[in-house]
Amino acid sequence: MAHFKKANSLNEWMDQRLGVNTLKKVMQSEYWIPKDINFLWAMGMVLAATFGILVVSGIFLLMYYIPDTKLAFDSVNYITMTEVGYGWLWRHVHGIGASLVFLIIYIHMFTGIYYGSYKRGRELIWLSGMLLFVLFSAEAFSGYMLPWGQMSYWAGMVITNLFEGFSPDFAGGALNSPALVEWIRGDYVPDQAFLGRFFMLHVFLMPLMIIGVIVLHFGTLRLPHVNNQEGADIDFDEAAALWKAGNKKESKVIPFSPVFLSKDVFVLGVYFILFFYLVFYNFSFAMDPVNFDPADGLKTPAHIYPEWYFLWSYEILRPFSKDLGLLAFIFAQGIFFALPFLDRSPNVAPAGRRGLFNIWFWILLIDCIILTFMGKLPPEGIWNVIGFWAAITFFALWIALPIITMLEKKK
Amino acid sequence: MRELKIFAVVAIFSGILYYGVEPFAHGQMHKHVDSNGLVYDGKADIAEASKDKKEAKTKFWAEVAEIAKLKGDVAAGEGGYAMCMGCHMDGIPNMGGVVPPSLEHAGAIYDKNYLIALVKDPAMASNVDHKYADTMMHPMGSVGSMFPTPQSIADVVAYLQAKKAGDVTPKVAYEEACMRCHANRYGKLTHLGTAPVTKSNIMTGYDVEGMKFKQKVAEEQALVAAYMGKLPPDLSIIYRARSHHFLETLIENPQGQLAGTAMPRVGLNQNGMDKVMKYLQETGDPSKPKREALGPWVIGFFVIFTILAYLWKQAHWRDLH
Repeated sequence: MAHFKKANSLNEWMDQRLGVNTLKKVMQSEYWIPKDINFLWAMGMVLAATFGILVVSGIFLLMYYIPDTKLAFDSVNYITMTEVGYGWLWRHVHGIGASLVFLIIYIHMFTGIYYGSYKRGRELIWLSGMLLFVLFSAEAFSGYMLPWGQMSYWAGMVITNLFEGFSPDFAGGALNSPALVEWIRGDYVPDQAFLGRFFMLHVFLMPLMIIGVIVLHFGTLRLPHVNNQEGADIDFDEAAALWKAGNKKESKVIPFSPVFLSKDVFVLGVYFILFFYLVFYNFSFAMDPVNFDPADGLKTPAHIYPEWYFLWSYEILRPFSKDLGLLAFIFAQGIFFALPFLDRSPNVAPAGRRGLFNIWFWILLIDCIILTFMGKLPPEGIWNVIGFWAAITFFALWIALPIITMLEKKK
Repeated sequence: MRELKIFAVVAIFSGILYYGVEPFAHGQMHKHVDSNGLVYDGKADIAEASKDKKEAKTKFWAEVAEIAKLKGDVAAGEGGYAMCMGCHMDGIPNMGGVVPPSLEHAGAIYDKNYLIALVKDPAMASNVDHKYADTMMHPMGSVGSMFPTPQSIADVVAYLQAKKAGDVTPKVAYEEACMRCHANRYGKLTHLGTAPVTKSNIMTGYDVEGMKFKQKVAEEQALVAAYMGKLPPDLSIIYRARSHHFLETLIENPQGQLAGTAMPRVGLNQNGMDKVMKYLQETGDPSKPKREALGPWVIGFFVIFTILAYLWKQAHWRDLH
């Protein structure tokens, strides 16, 4: 057994047993962050805070939610909104949080792409981040089922239908599986079994996995360190020694706490002003009107579309025939994972200094926005044509990526 | 400076994204229907009518305009109104599809021209004559024989406007104008009005009186559904499901928003429209007053929070460069 001396303070007592001083050094006071950063480096903390808000508001909503197809709609729209004190506030906070978390995820992702923060030791940061994106998508989709409105029902119908796979003519029918759809739904159509399992996924399994992968995501950051605005290769030991010697101006790094954190908290403050403005005065974009009609399996809504953050991948699926569309959809879902390996250039630098890659980056961003618009517009006339070509552009961009990055000069 | 430029780029792209998926996309998805300013002159009816009906509709609304010019005699109208009360009275059961609505505030919530048109020909006035082509008669179809002359119509409408025009609450306006077809469960309104207060038998756990009322409501719903083609939707939360403008223009002329719908025009005047919309908002979006009261405090808190956070950040970052 280890030898324990009498502790003279609570801190010492804790340190003997849990190593809190070491922990504090590793995770805060000597976790070095480059000094040359901008507010986009605070998005991770903004995401963590938004996830926290979603968990807390979700706990309050969960107390009154009833996962029963006959009662779910009114438990959300009447009990929570009318009979529970501040229930409306928790619901709007949860709805806005669920929408904004994706806006911030996309900003976070495109920041990573722009500054090349996914290579030279940072591959796992990107991969665990993409895994989080997938888990958040599953969390958002399962949560969207719960109010059991028209859009819940029909989105559930459309998305679970995807699991039927390719048509019976494709590959001799080997990849056609209507039985899988029934297995996922627990019924022929979305009904009680369906709602019950998506409820479980939303309030238990998905959040649990998200929390686990968030810890992994933080872990993957610790050794390669956070990137900086110029992509500079910093000698962290040397810079840390300078800081510890008191040469704050000369050192290229700052400690995570309190220096980096103080800026994060400021950015959080600005973010929360926007967040609560939306909660109180402009929430309807995050709570689609169609979902305020109760689910009705006999009445298909005129327009079925997912929430805005899924529109780009929905539009990649839509302009094609069933089999081609499914292939395109699978490609779009997976391809972002491959980014660190498709970018063949060793340069870690902001896109602005990487020639062709800079053009690639801005076209990708604009293309994703165009796909998003087309995903919501009715699939007719000119919108179909634009959507088709935007989807083709998406594929062309990813095919071009290895080529243009190989051509890039080494810096 | 650089941070502000980056922020501007992020804000511009987010703004474009928002514009595209919200105002722009919704503008493309839903056709815009203009209001006729709650003037019931049959303009839209005539414009939308098929060729063979155009003439009849033009003639009908011209006659309505003529009757509107007559000076109604309130005392004579009272006698006419006695005939209305044969059906429009408390506790009357379903007649030909719906429960005849109370007319207690008819003069306050319905438009004068519309009332004239309705007494003259209910199917034409509510723009659902397509429903009664050959086989069926409007449940109120016999009204024509009660008020055969233009003057008799002018009199009864004058009576409604003079004597049935008291103050009306949003809930009562909804009960009189909408409830015979549309329940509102968040407002605790069934097709037969507010459910009576009943109690469960403490020894069996069953509320027999409550169940009897529920059965009556279910039977009434079956009649309404058979008459309308389907059960008209409960309007508890319709205020969140459709835009304010959509609801107003739908109520003003249902055929304009949903061509071929079985919903009759209700003929609300400005007062009636405001009251009904207020009720729909109260049941569909009850947190509005609470949001407006709390919002400034929460946002104020975060403004102060942000200022303090900025000062804290400056204290740490001042010496770094």
